Amino acid sequence: MAQAATASAGHGEIDEHHWTSTGLDTRKLAIWGFIGSECLFFASLIATYLVYRGKSLVGPLPHTESQCMMHGKMQACEAIFEIPLVTFGTAVLLFSSLFVVLALYGAQKGDRKMLITWLSATVLCGLFFVGMQVYEFYHFFHKGLGYSTNLFSSTFYTLTGFHGSHVTLGVIWLSTMLVLALRGKLPPEKALNLELAALYWHFVDVVWIVIFPVVYLMR
Amino acid sequence: MSAHATHGHGDDHGHSHPTPRTYLGVGVILFALTALEVLAYEVGHRPTWPLHGMVEPIVVPILLILSAFKFFLVAAFYMHLKQDSKLFSNLFVWPIVLAIALAMALVVLFNYWVKETY
Amino acid sequence: MATSVLEHRAPAMPHAHPKTGLWSWITTVDHKRIGILYGATAFLFFLLGGLEALIIRLQLTGPNGKLVDPDTYNALFTMHGTTMIFLGVMPLSAMFFNYFIPLQIGARDVAFPRLNAFSYWVFLLGGIFINISFLVGAPPDGGWFGYANLTSSRVIPSTAAAPAPGLNIDFWVIGLQILGIASIAAALNFFVTIVNLRAPGMKMLRMPMFVWMSFVVQVLLLLAFPVITVALIYLMMDRNFGTSFFMPDGGGDPIMWQHLFWIFGHPEVYILILPAFGIASEILPVFSRKPLFGYTAMVFSGIFIGFVGFGVWSHHMFATGMGPFADTFFSLATMVIALPTGVKIFNWIGTIWGGSLRYTTAMMMAIAMVALFVIGGLSGVMHSSAPADLQQTDTYFIVAHFHYVLFGGAIFGLTAGAYYWWPKMFGRLLDEKLGKAHFWLMFLGMNATFFPMHILGLNGMPRRVYSYPEGLNFEFWNLIETVGAFVLAFSFLIFLVNIIKTWMGPRNAPADPWHGATLEWAIPSPPQEFNFPKLPQVGSSVPQWDARRAAGGHLPEPALVSGEGIHMPNPSFWPLMAAIGVNLTLGSLLFIRQLPYWYGLTLFGAAWLFVSVYKWAFEPAH
Repeated sequence: MAQAATASAGHGEIDEHHWTSTGLDTRKLAIWGFIGSECLFFASLIATYLVYRGKSLVGPLPHTESQCMMHGKMQACEAIFEIPLVTFGTAVLLFSSLFVVLALYGAQKGDRKMLITWLSATVLCGLFFVGMQVYEFYHFFHKGLGYSTNLFSSTFYTLTGFHGSHVTLGVIWLSTMLVLALRGKLPPEKALNLELAALYWHFVDVVWIVIFPVVYLMR
Repeated sequence: MSAHATHGHGDDHGHSHPTPRTYLGVGVILFALTALEVLAYEVGHRPTWPLHGMVEPIVVPILLILSAFKFFLVAAFYMHLKQDSKLFSNLFVWPIVLAIALAMALVVLFNYWVKETY
Repeated sequence: MATSVLEHRAPAMPHAHPKTGLWSWITTVDHKRIGILYGATAFLFFLLGGLEALIIRLQLTGPNGKLVDPDTYNALFTMHGTTMIFLGVMPLSAMFFNYFIPLQIGARDVAFPRLNAFSYWVFLLGGIFINISFLVGAPPDGGWFGYANLTSSRVIPSTAAAPAPGLNIDFWVIGLQILGIASIAAALNFFVTIVNLRAPGMKMLRMPMFVWMSFVVQVLLLLAFPVITVALIYLMMDRNFGTSFFMPDGGGDPIMWQHLFWIFGHPEVYILILPAFGIASEILPVFSRKPLFGYTAMVFSGIFIGFVGFGVWSHHMFATGMGPFADTFFSLATMVIALPTGVKIFNWIGTIWGGSLRYTTAMMMAIAMVALFVIGGLSGVMHSSAPADLQQTDTYFIVAHFHYVLFGGAIFGLTAGAYYWWPKMFGRLLDEKLGKAHFWLMFLGMNATFFPMHILGLNGMPRRVYSYPEGLNFEFWNLIETVGAFVLAFSFLIFLVNIIKTWMGPRNAPADPWHGATLEWAIPSPPQEFNFPKLPQVGSSVPQWDARRAAGGHLPEPALVSGEGIHMPNPSFWPLMAAIGVNLTLGSLLFIRQLPYWYGLTLFGAAWLFVSVYKWAFEPAH
């Protein structure tokens, strides 16, 4: 705190073991740098999805009926997307962002009950979202949409699959934090540990905020 | 709730922390915007629904604007960029600018000035 | 008062836990040791890449070369490029990042010492992984750029007419993914180190130019590597799971690979060259006894190069037919990059202009770097014009161009850095006589090897073709090139002799043998584990010159101190374990399709990684 001021003053003893030139926490800086890097990762996946939009040679297609190869012969098949289900998943992921920020608030204020309640809710929401995605993939697969069926399926599964794996990692990270919190190892002075996980979690959420309209709602 | 704890742990002194009430408010707005997105989608592709003719041609801009706004809300409030160091905002915003520019360039490169056979 | 290091002297020798033996190197988190590990490993890979180049040159010495068959030749030029870029120049730069970024910014270590060790081990294992391909007879053979759909051809289904391709490209795809993890982890680490661990008073615009250029490189790494990661994932899926990301028969477009590859690949070029720019910007002022001319212009031109570097990737793709608008845009953007580069060259000349020059080996290497880079830069401007490029692309003219920028630029810059910083790293000065011999032979050999490629290229000799018939007037210049290549190789033999001779010789390097300008020269050679007994206070971009001036021109030798009360990070075993986990997980994907039971190894690797990361996260760092 106020380390930047000390630095510019340039005199007086500084705490050499906690010195940072910006006054910002080093780990927090790292997670933000990582998030910046991840932006390009998801941008590449989304850009490919957009470039190949409408260029699939066979069905099934996301929003319209099409001809597709099923059980060895070409036949008409229905549109793939089911907006209500994914809207529900989206809402759950959005709420998990709200919950984790409340958990962090609890952690910073030393409110153990608030911390544990909302962190558990976040983990549950994350698990629900992953479950929703697994169900969705399973369902799509049985409608004839394999990974290599067409360009839509390949780009769609790769993009949402990597998002899903990020959610899964986030769930593991937040669960670790939950275990720490339950053991009383997440006191206010260590709230930063949760803040880092929360930043990552919000990032995964904002990526979905882009994916949801761009992939599911743009016909 | 605006009072600080006597000793700070964050690096964002001098700004007021958002309160759970703010977080909740943002959550409600996010939920409402998501509902609006789905509504725009439904109105946009159902010819029998009211306002269909008006909404259909602008579904994509509506979705992009709503989504950008949601993105902003989460980044500003939940990720605390509003009161945190400007450096963090820069670490997020510039890669996003680059990402959007590259994605748009790719879409343009693959859809314009290319032979019909593509 | 620039630095208070010299005030704090204690007679006692440093107390330290025993810091020798294999185990101490395996568990080290000391940025200086990791730097040395990077350097030694990368130099070995560099020699391997050089060996591949020599075989290529022997094959091309005369017409109808018979030394290697076309398939081997493909593997040789692919692995030469891949090795030199990912296992040679990048990790050699990483050696200097590791060793000198903390020293130059007045820090005791990098921001995340264990992550730093992890980066090294991942790099080492990834480099070994990609080279194991030679031992199993399936070396990558699709060019370092791995163009689809040459590389995306499906592993299965195979028929008698179209047999399944080997694992060659899979080694390359997975090897690059592994190396990418090392690069991103290291880049994140150095980025945070530079932003957050600068000594008190060292504002961004007081950082040494090497740190500045390194900073730009870390940003480029962080933003460019995710793109190649995605492209490689697609390629892997195309090969193994029948997707059509780059396959026209499924609606995909091989040009998409080129775009994704070069969105990474062009910033990668600056990732390779900017560290050398930074090194030259350190050396030229010191041996001219003049401050760097136009410091701020140098900083901003470096940033500008990095920034515009993301907007020129398609100049590698003029031959794909992108249409007039795209061609014009990327031509112009490429020409614009010449401006900040010109600013840099102008400022280097301005720096030595009127200075009192000392022609040490380091200085000569740095001057040669500027001169040779200008030649490479000029041919670069030549093919920024799309119509001209259509004539030059895929000929030896291009090979000449990028060897002038990467050998003439990057390797000369890195070698200059080696001569300049050797005394700081090992406490011994490299022999100047051998150094001069190294320099002149390297300079002559380099020009003899690569300059004739301009002529051959304009005469129409194509790249990547394993031989040429007689009667095309290619014989003479190819012979000269081969001779030049062996002169070049011999010059590095002299360098090796110099290293061994210096190694056996006495510790003869003072703390500041060159009268340097930056903080690393204020501490003993080699530095103690904690670098700085007390964090220095910095008042300008040339703190050591300030101290020297304040001391009346003569600085006493800084003494070794006990380091009592300085907490250094604990050594750790888990970075290596985590790196092994990464390699097991990704390496097992080599057989992702053919042998499903390898998934077991993938899961085992992931579990190993998981355990290592948890052990790492919950072990005390200090």
